[in-house]
Amino acid sequence: MSTAPTTTERRDADLELAVPPHLRSAWDVLKLGLHESPELRRGLGFTVVVSLGVTVATLVTPVLIQQIFDHGLKGGVFHAGFVYRICAIALFLVVLTYVAGRAAARRLVRASEEALMQLRVKTFAHIHRLSIAEQSEEKRGVFVARVTADVETLSQFTEWGGIAWIISIAQVFGGLGLMLAFSWQLTIPVVLLVGPLLAIVGRLQQRLTQAYDAVRNRVGEMLSEVSESVMGAAVVRAYGLEEQTDRRVKRAIRERYDAQIVAHWRTATLFPMATLFYSVALSVIVIAGAGFGRGWGLTFGKVTAFIFLSDVFLHVWTDLPEIYADTQTAISGWRKILTVLDLPVEIVEPDHGVVLPRGALSVGVKDLEYSYREGGPVLRGITVDIPAGAQVAIVGETGGGKTTFAKVLARLADPAAGSVKIGGVDLRHVSPESRRAAVRMVPQDGFLFDTTVRENVRFGRTAATDRDVETAFEELGLGDWVAALPDGLDTRVGERGEALSVGERQLVSLVRAQIDEPGVLILDEATSAVDPATERRTTEALRRLSQGRTVITIAHRLSTAEHADRVLVFDEGRMVEDGTHAELASRGGVYAGMYASWLGNVRPDQRDG
Amino acid sequence: MQSMRTRAVQPERGLFSRGVRLIASYVRAHPKPFVIACVGAFVFAVASIGLTAVLGNVTDKILRPAFHEGVTWGRIWLGVLAIMLAGSLRALGIMIRRYYSGVSGSAVMATLRTRVSDRYRELSLAYHREQPTGELLAHMEADVEAAVDVLHPVPFAVGVVFLTLFAMIALIVTDPFLAIIGFFLFPTLALLNRSFAKRMEGPARRAQEKLGEVSAVAHESIDGALIVKTLGREDAETERLSVKAGELRNERVDAGFIRAGFEPALEALPTLGTVFLLGIGSWRVSTGAVTVGDLVAFVTLFGLLAWPMRFVGWILSELPRAVVGYARLEQVFEAQVKVEPPIDPIPLPNGPLGIELRDVVYAFGDEPPVLNGVSLTIAPDEAVAIVGPTGVGKSTLTQLMVRLDDPEGGIVLLGGVDLRRAEPQGLRDATAMVFQESFLFAETIRQNIALDTGASDEEVEGAAVMAQADRFIRSLPHGFDTVVGERGHTLSGGQRQRVALARALVRRPRIMILDDATSAVDPTIEAQILGALSGALDMTLVVVAYRLSTIRLADRVIYLDDGKVIATGTHDELLASVPGYTAMIRAYEKGKRA
Repeated sequence: MSTAPTTTERRDADLELAVPPHLRSAWDVLKLGLHESPELRRGLGFTVVVSLGVTVATLVTPVLIQQIFDHGLKGGVFHAGFVYRICAIALFLVVLTYVAGRAAARRLVRASEEALMQLRVKTFAHIHRLSIAEQSEEKRGVFVARVTADVETLSQFTEWGGIAWIISIAQVFGGLGLMLAFSWQLTIPVVLLVGPLLAIVGRLQQRLTQAYDAVRNRVGEMLSEVSESVMGAAVVRAYGLEEQTDRRVKRAIRERYDAQIVAHWRTATLFPMATLFYSVALSVIVIAGAGFGRGWGLTFGKVTAFIFLSDVFLHVWTDLPEIYADTQTAISGWRKILTVLDLPVEIVEPDHGVVLPRGALSVGVKDLEYSYREGGPVLRGITVDIPAGAQVAIVGETGGGKTTFAKVLARLADPAAGSVKIGGVDLRHVSPESRRAAVRMVPQDGFLFDTTVRENVRFGRTAATDRDVETAFEELGLGDWVAALPDGLDTRVGERGEALSVGERQLVSLVRAQIDEPGVLILDEATSAVDPATERRTTEALRRLSQGRTVITIAHRLSTAEHADRVLVFDEGRMVEDGTHAELASRGGVYAGMYASWLGNVRPDQRDG
Repeated sequence: MQSMRTRAVQPERGLFSRGVRLIASYVRAHPKPFVIACVGAFVFAVASIGLTAVLGNVTDKILRPAFHEGVTWGRIWLGVLAIMLAGSLRALGIMIRRYYSGVSGSAVMATLRTRVSDRYRELSLAYHREQPTGELLAHMEADVEAAVDVLHPVPFAVGVVFLTLFAMIALIVTDPFLAIIGFFLFPTLALLNRSFAKRMEGPARRAQEKLGEVSAVAHESIDGALIVKTLGREDAETERLSVKAGELRNERVDAGFIRAGFEPALEALPTLGTVFLLGIGSWRVSTGAVTVGDLVAFVTLFGLLAWPMRFVGWILSELPRAVVGYARLEQVFEAQVKVEPPIDPIPLPNGPLGIELRDVVYAFGDEPPVLNGVSLTIAPDEAVAIVGPTGVGKSTLTQLMVRLDDPEGGIVLLGGVDLRRAEPQGLRDATAMVFQESFLFAETIRQNIALDTGASDEEVEGAAVMAQADRFIRSLPHGFDTVVGERGHTLSGGQRQRVALARALVRRPRIMILDDATSAVDPTIEAQILGALSGALDMTLVVVAYRLSTIRLADRVIYLDDGKVIATGTHDELLASVPGYTAMIRAYEKGKRA
């Protein structure tokens, strides 16, 4: 198990999309990011100006001290008029800063939330436009993270981090300017402190970030240990693995604790740095100010003001490494999002697409080739003509290319070479609406959305009335099934349809296809076991659904092939056999072999007799 | 979901006292780091006040004289020494407090996590079945964090209390006039923060809920991408997300506006206080009531106190989260353990084992019993198929046979030993169960088959051959050393089932139970597996099956319906004499063949 973490990390890295060259530098990410989110650019000038103004507030205290000590209390006499006037000015500035700061913050919140929302929606829409080749099962998690977690890292930056940079820079220059105005001699040692401060705090911040990365990894490992122990609870108990599992979970808990302690220690060394450097700055100011100030022509007020000014100035530098770390996180999140937006949309819909007629349609495939972007060819040189109304079964080993073939027929992906014609029209020239109505693929997993049965069926044809939905169920002989549901058609199916059984989900999928009356139906037969009653219903529903349509079934059971007009056998991306069941079964090829062993297993009665 | 659960255990009354009791219990569990952290916080408070006093004195005795009557170098160095001493002590205090309050929180979390994981191990399979995996993981991570996070800032709060106390004393002792400004400013800051925290609670919670909804839509929609595409619903789905994302934006903007009102005010208030301090203070200086050094000390003090005041509101808003988080953990701690280990265990006899059930009753939760008086006997080395309609309790029945759960009534005997008294390790060694959903660990295939048996490579591969799994395993990138499971190479359902079968075979069990364990295996391959199994039948075999071929393999069929054994006999006998059985098999055959 010691190899598990590295394996995990490697797998995750594999799943990440390659970053295109034009998104490698942080600056490019920022530029392109702002280009993709115009909401962030609008009104940015106002925010910047106000943020610069806010800096004034942080400098009010030192200036006020200097003025009062040097002028208000000049010669030990209280100059009431001067003091009250300058205090009034200071009060006015503070209130003004508050009003302006509030307005700027409100604008920024509105702009950045709008930008994040648009970015989220845009990325989501783009993901759905990608071809199925990109939407592999393993990458789903990555895509979900793009529109959730990654956008969240960005929100930190757009609402705070980005502006923090501007404020910090303004404070550095404002503080520096004021210090120079008071005394260049005192400014030099304070500025010289910045070097070691940045070096030390920067290094500690970096180590802290690493420590937290380590904590995150340990949390991930702990959760995967726990999730194995609970998801595999049955196996763990049936095989008496409690001790072994327990040891691993406990170790993961301890390692997570250890990593956390390292992070605590690094936090504990980082945070006192501000105080330490401030003390050093104070000492330097006292030595130089008291020792040489008079000779340099300084005043008591200026030196005292430096005590507060150096605090403001150094504080900015202590904050910078954290702002920098946050910015890096945001930029990397932004880069990931932009990388997704950068993925080309493979399927380009025609501007004025051909509309296919209703009713059964022919399917013509010529020299079809297909390969995924990563990995070798999946379909090689497939040519087949299927007349309208034919019932065709495709059989073959898992990984032989059957499912990919079905997806290309439904134009969920475009062929690398060759063509697919439906009703004699190249699929690439068919209008998307007409294509979806004419060619319908029913995938095997019977995925349903978390709403009612009725709504799930209506997703097949949005315009369908309640009556249409009921009719569709009756047409497939499923009226009694609906009647037995707790709330009939208004029964909620739960997340991914899990309130229904696998078989029942397939039934709903079939009705969803029926309601749109496609001319070509592509069925990916389910492999999972279904209870006999549902099995019977499915068979009957399929029989009815197939009538008057061209049906291409990816068959996992040879009984389906037995009843088809024609059987296509796929092996390693090629179509190796094509004929009726009777022809192929007696030919002595791949299919005959499959059929013989199936017969021996499923029908001992026939074998015996 | 989240919000509903939270509401269910919402602590309304006595929240504060419950929170405090919770914190006290954490401190009792690991007192040392907490006490050290509090000492650090005290040092921090003393050093902070000390630093302001030093600055005041430096102003009066070094800086001011330097521009008037003059000052000696000796005095300057003394001042520097005092500054560095106070500053270093303050830094040390921060360091000690930060580190040990971290250790204190983490230690409590580790203890709670260990307790949760112990409970998970002790609780029966029924508990695991009822709880979604996400929930169990949430207890382990998020709930523990929520319950304990409140502990972390407590030493800091202790420091703040001392700091405020010392500051007030310093103010009053020095000058009551200036003290009044402090007495206005600090409570105002604290109240403002509290009101800020309070007003943020609603929008922040709602924004979190909306974020959950956005994630749910994204998850569902991207998981169902294929269906979305086949139905041409891309735009409709984008619209669906857009609505949720818009709601999230609105909540965030609400929260942001509240923040935009409070944050600049919290920044401005201390500065405002400083302006008054300097204005009134310079008049007090002129009357000789205070020195300029006192003014400098107070301005510094205001700066030091402004920041901690912001945490007061925060700690209070953490309390409810902690109480709710702990209440959710208590549900785990208090769940009932059903399968208790035997007090004086009896070893199972050697040799072949038979199975006997007497009047077994079992129910899920409060539902009517699914098994209601099941009695049956399976002879040693017999092969039995359990057949019956879906949901009749076939899987439950087989799980009771290996004591994955205990029946509510009746007893289960293996080789004549009541399972409640059977020695657990011996029971696990003697039996092997294969499930329909075969869980594989994120390890190599070899490790998944061998588990803890210490089986040799030859034995593992031999089992794989018998389970018809060796051919596909050898074609994997690293053969038997390929990592599978959640993050590893994904296998098809049928392949997973065959690995699970090999896992059972390698143990050479005396009783083997296949719970629909070959349902996803290609019929061709299934035939070969069952052929091999029946050839090597020196064990008691119990099979739950739908396929006729599997049923026919058995010596005897036990037909289960309505919570009872309806009939038992060979397949042909039951076909001839039990109408219900015949109807079921017919219906099944028709479905398969049509």
